[in-house]
Amino acid sequence: MSKVDKLWLWFHRMASPAYFYNIAGRLLPWIAVATIILMLVGSVGGLVYAPADYQQGDGFRIIYVHVPSAWMSMFVYMVMAVNSAIFLIWHIKLSDIVARSSAVIGASFTFLALVTGSIWGKPMWGTWWIWDARLTSELILLFLYLGYIGLRSAIDDRRVAGRAAGILALVGAINIPIIHYSVVWWNTLHQPASVSKLDNPSIELSMLIPLLSMALAFKLFYLFIVLVNSRSELLEQEKRSQWVKELVTSQ
Amino acid sequence: MGEGTGDIPMMEFLNMGGYAGYVWSSYGIVVLVLYLNMFFSRRRHQALLRRLKRLHNSTDNNES
Repeated sequence: MSKVDKLWLWFHRMASPAYFYNIAGRLLPWIAVATIILMLVGSVGGLVYAPADYQQGDGFRIIYVHVPSAWMSMFVYMVMAVNSAIFLIWHIKLSDIVARSSAVIGASFTFLALVTGSIWGKPMWGTWWIWDARLTSELILLFLYLGYIGLRSAIDDRRVAGRAAGILALVGAINIPIIHYSVVWWNTLHQPASVSKLDNPSIELSMLIPLLSMALAFKLFYLFIVLVNSRSELLEQEKRSQWVKELVTSQ
Repeated sequence: MGEGTGDIPMMEFLNMGGYAGYVWSSYGIVVLVLYLNMFFSRRRHQALLRRLKRLHNSTDNNES
């Protein structure tokens, strides 16, 4: 068997609902433990051990929740868009399920990025909000998520809803590079990226470690939510099937 | 907030150099929103399992 065949076999097994359901269920507790540990490391590191900023004092400690939220708001959207594309092109149901399962948690991260940014902006910029490119494009991202959620719940037929919302998610993906480069392309109060310049990040190690721990914790938390939601979606869609029957009656 | 709170380390920590309201409300709202996501996702899953169990038990009874 060639490598490609093996990959396809693996892919098919993963896409088999019962298999995915079981593997996801076994992973969940480990993901939960890792998330909690990383969140503790990130919070203690960020709130206690990282030094206060020389300009912003302790106020800058909001960075440890704001930046990971903002990263996740874009990351989750990209997961949604890519899975929407896979569903639209290859009709793989699991992709539609993953996209759908990401919408609420993605909107939550976007909301958190906006709210914590606003709370951070008040003491540092002297205002809760400005209509600049970064903040506006992030607000548009929130509306894209809400539009996706609204569209899905407005259409009863699951396939039609998946296609319509998938197209919306794909079209909206144009907003992601706009958010990312908004601080470069337009004048703004928002500070430019400091971490993504990987060769020479302009940030101290004592700040970088809690920031990256928190970012990884948020990513694992997202994985946790997506797996729980996807398992629910699978049960719902396959409720008449033999494996679901065996699963629920054996408990 | 204000001066004079720096004598006790715990108070100094909670005071966040005068930014207490901003820092703690940010962390608080993040914890709240993430917790709600987890709570509702898990509650939906448990409710679904119970509903499907009833569904399959009742179809079993009808068949027999």
